[in-house]
Amino acid sequence: MEQQLTQLEQEVLTKIAEAADLKALNEVRVAYLGKKGPITDLLKGMGKLSAEERPKMGALVNTVRENVTAQLEQKVALLEEAAILAQLENESIDVTLPGAQVRIGNRHPLTRVVEEIEDLFVGMGYEIAEGPEVERDYYNFEALNLPKGHPARDMQDTFYITEELLLRTHTSPVQARTMEAKKGEHIRIICPGKVFRRDADDATHSHQFMQIEGLVIGENIRMSDLKGTLDVLAKKMFGAEREIRLRPSFFPFTEPSVEVDVSCHKCGGEGCNVCKKTGWIEILGAGMVHPNVLEMAGYDSKKVSGFAFGIGAERIAMLKYGVDDIRHFYTNDTRFLSQFHQAEV
Amino acid sequence: MLVSLKWLSQYVDVDSLTANELAEKITRAGIEVDAVIDRSQGMTNVVVGHVVSKEKHPEADKLNVCQVDVGEEELQQIVCGAPNVDAGQKVIVARPGAKLPGGIKIKKAKLRGQESNGMICSLQELGIEGRLVPKAYAEGIYVLPADSVPGADVLALFGLDDTVLELGLTPNRSDAMSMLGVAYDVAAILGQDVKLPEITYAAASEKATDLLKLRVENIEANPMYAAKVVKNIEVKDSPLWLQNYLMAAGVRPLNNVVDITNYVLMEYGQPLHAFDYDRLETGEIVTRLAKDGETMTTLDDQERKLASHNLVITNGLEAEAIAGVMGGEKSEVTDATKTVVIESAYFNPGSVRRTSKEIGLRSDSSARFEKGVDPNRVLVAAERAAQLLAELANGEVLEGTVLVDELDKTPVRIVVSPDFINGRLGMKISLEEMLDILARLKFDVEAANGVLVIDAPTRRGDIKIPEDIVEEIARMYGYDEIPMSLPAGDQPGKLTAYQAGRRIVRNVMEGAGLYQAVTYSLTSSANAQKFALKEETTTKLLMPMSEDRSTLRQSLIPHLVESASYNVARQADTVALYEVGSVFFGQTAEGTPVEEEHLALVLTGKWIDNSWQGEKKNVDFFVAKGMIEAVFAKLGLTNHVTYAKAVVDGLHPGRTAEILLDGEKIGVLAQLHPQEQKAMDVKETYVAELNLHAILKAAKEELIYSVVPRFPVMTRDIALELDRAVPAGEIVAIINNAGTKLLKDVKVFDVYEGEKMAEGKKSVAFSLKYFDPERTLTDEEVVAAHNKVLKALAEAGAEVR
Repeated sequence: MEQQLTQLEQEVLTKIAEAADLKALNEVRVAYLGKKGPITDLLKGMGKLSAEERPKMGALVNTVRENVTAQLEQKVALLEEAAILAQLENESIDVTLPGAQVRIGNRHPLTRVVEEIEDLFVGMGYEIAEGPEVERDYYNFEALNLPKGHPARDMQDTFYITEELLLRTHTSPVQARTMEAKKGEHIRIICPGKVFRRDADDATHSHQFMQIEGLVIGENIRMSDLKGTLDVLAKKMFGAEREIRLRPSFFPFTEPSVEVDVSCHKCGGEGCNVCKKTGWIEILGAGMVHPNVLEMAGYDSKKVSGFAFGIGAERIAMLKYGVDDIRHFYTNDTRFLSQFHQAEV
Repeated sequence: MLVSLKWLSQYVDVDSLTANELAEKITRAGIEVDAVIDRSQGMTNVVVGHVVSKEKHPEADKLNVCQVDVGEEELQQIVCGAPNVDAGQKVIVARPGAKLPGGIKIKKAKLRGQESNGMICSLQELGIEGRLVPKAYAEGIYVLPADSVPGADVLALFGLDDTVLELGLTPNRSDAMSMLGVAYDVAAILGQDVKLPEITYAAASEKATDLLKLRVENIEANPMYAAKVVKNIEVKDSPLWLQNYLMAAGVRPLNNVVDITNYVLMEYGQPLHAFDYDRLETGEIVTRLAKDGETMTTLDDQERKLASHNLVITNGLEAEAIAGVMGGEKSEVTDATKTVVIESAYFNPGSVRRTSKEIGLRSDSSARFEKGVDPNRVLVAAERAAQLLAELANGEVLEGTVLVDELDKTPVRIVVSPDFINGRLGMKISLEEMLDILARLKFDVEAANGVLVIDAPTRRGDIKIPEDIVEEIARMYGYDEIPMSLPAGDQPGKLTAYQAGRRIVRNVMEGAGLYQAVTYSLTSSANAQKFALKEETTTKLLMPMSEDRSTLRQSLIPHLVESASYNVARQADTVALYEVGSVFFGQTAEGTPVEEEHLALVLTGKWIDNSWQGEKKNVDFFVAKGMIEAVFAKLGLTNHVTYAKAVVDGLHPGRTAEILLDGEKIGVLAQLHPQEQKAMDVKETYVAELNLHAILKAAKEELIYSVVPRFPVMTRDIALELDRAVPAGEIVAIINNAGTKLLKDVKVFDVYEGEKMAEGKKSVAFSLKYFDPERTLTDEEVVAAHNKVLKALAEAGAEVR
């Protein structure tokens, strides 16, 4: 019987070794270890053995069964691993193929510039004020110290709708309206919006463009506050290393008035094509709010003062992104628009 | 304003600086120098030549062979093609090796076999603009004065060894529209005094008032009028130095009389006019407003029709000049003129501005009058012209001035404290430094009781208020010296709910894969009302630049479709654009249109394009609708929005929905009409437009969490056979109405129209979800609820399949 058992063990181990897959292996298990298998049969036949031999034989059968079971499990593990490997091999893909398309749109570069400036100023305690594109002559000119017949009206060639109505030539009327509405309260606003001038469209002119103006009114607002604020703006838009300089200029609604240059972001001030070899680029106009403008809106120009500035979104975008033709902003060519996916960090 | 540094240095010493250094200083102090122009343009080796003889070229009709003395022993043979070259002339010769403007180099050459050692030049060849060249020499070589010395340097002769600063003047600095005005600013910058011209001449004993009578009818329009009378003048070419200054300043020399008036205009900024006394005929000048419909012929040979607000200079009978704008032909100075009347006046700036604008004539004179000339220079300028007429035209200046003068010449007094100035600047400039700056600017100033009392010179008409003094101090002190600070006091900054909402909408659109477009507010009148959500009147420009940009738009769709078409024409596979912008409807009581902010989108071409995986889908109605639904979902408005079939001109009649917010029409969603697509050269194209203003202003549902179901959801499906025309939305509404509170969701999950359905029928399948957040529903409860739905559907005639 012992010999029979050893032979059986050899036979099972051979079958286990030969089993090529889990199914075959399972068949081996059922055939040899199942209720009707030869090992069970052997155990059943132990009744015929002597009392002496029975425990000895029982232990032997159990050892064989344990060995066979262990071998079987080991083989199962091996086969399972092989099966997984085969499956993985089978499932292997070309990872360099393109991913499924996710359409990502993006903001227009002008909106991008406007929002960047809005966010900067909101962070400094400003609100965003907006107003109509169709304006009354009063808010666009008269309330800004540009009475009818004022020579400086020529600076802004205007689309009139009637004698009293026009397409705003700047977003300054929003300032005038805000001042009127605030009735003497302190003001900190930024005014973005579309504006219009009678210019034929070409590479550097557009009859419609986007302007962003700022206005601060309060007690003791000084020119140094204007300079500091514009320095923050220039550094945000063109880089922390930028410097600004002010040059005297003229606008009817500010006194003193300045034009503001920023040190060239391309050459760092050395002089290049972008800055026309001067190291400086003119980016905006600004000044201290003219007392007539304050008085017309009901502010006491003896008690409060203020500053204002105006900047062209197209000009900033053209400088920042190196755009060479202002018409790109209005033709909406997707080959142009899609270049502005990358987020501003 | 063109400023010759040679001319400028008559009044102020600028030799210590290079032209570029000076330009930088002037710019930083407030007058922008647009360009620094080297008048020599690198020219060399150009000299005076004397044409000793001229013979016809043996081989060429139009050429002459000249023997020219260029100050050397041997004559030089030069072939010349100019029609006006002649023996005996003094001419400009570019010698071999000479460089001329435009990079031209002169070499020895043979012209049709004849040797030519250089070139006889016109003024244009020296880089002088054609419009500035005296008319006599406009078509040929320039002939120099007979006393010119052969071999002498021509650059110096024409003052071309000079640099000109081109000033870009702001409207307030009309004081710098004169050489003296610029000299004052430069002198202040450099801390110098201005050397004013010395005006002396011997006057005749005869009195000007004996020859000329003067009457001013309208003092308001013409508060000052001065006239000098100069007899026995000799009209001829001006000396070269005067012609050179004028050409440097951009004025064409004409004859000595006209040149002198222009010279004084440029020097003092005071426009003058010269009348031929004899051709005035009456010995009288009367200034008055024109009669309506009165006409006169101006110097440019045009008949001008005048109106009753135009100021004219008359001889008592008829108009001889339009005041401050242009003289008349009749009394123009000619070569035969013997006696001239020099007019120097102050005309009301607004009046001149209006007249010159109406007539469409801007001259050097009107440009100055309309900004207001210096009241204290009117007489000085007249005297300066008289002096020059005596010196350069051998004239006899009659004694005295014919004058009407009611012009206020008192300077503007400004009282301002140093504290105010420092307070506005955020600086600490000392009183002494302020006084020094004001003294350099030649402002009369007294410091008393802690304030500065300043009388601004009348030449600086822009200085009126304390803030003007702040600017003067700052620009002279240097804007670089202003420190940097930020406004004191903190306040919260924020976006309004509307502005935040608009950004959310942009994010949804971009998240859906659309690029933001920006198109023009102005469109053609034909496009203005197209696709408009409302029928309202349009807003038109008074004087549009073109019909395409004449009217304010009432819909964003036309320009978006144009943009789509533009991209398709450039081989774009997909165009997906949105825009947020204003549209303009009707008229309010103020006369302005109502401006509404709208959101619109355009979609055409491929939408899903994973080609290597075989997935492809073009845009369709429902791609567009999904984007619109996303907007409403983000804004919490999903349950307030319904869609209804509609018919709109230009849109596909079977594929157009109007969008309703709480029953109010606020938008449209559609395929473009195929004819429209064809006209725009695009394939299947979908558009939508929403009244963003209405959406963002709509009350939003409060965001309160509802319980996440812990108990099982029971799903029941219903398939209905419906007439093709019945919208699924209607059935959803019926189901929702009939469902008890246990019914939480209804979805369409299948639509079938085809062979298996009867003619005109379709099958639509709905999936209904029932649950109670508190417990597990029993089958009976679900059946009861579901039966109510089935009953309602049966009542509505919807047949369960």
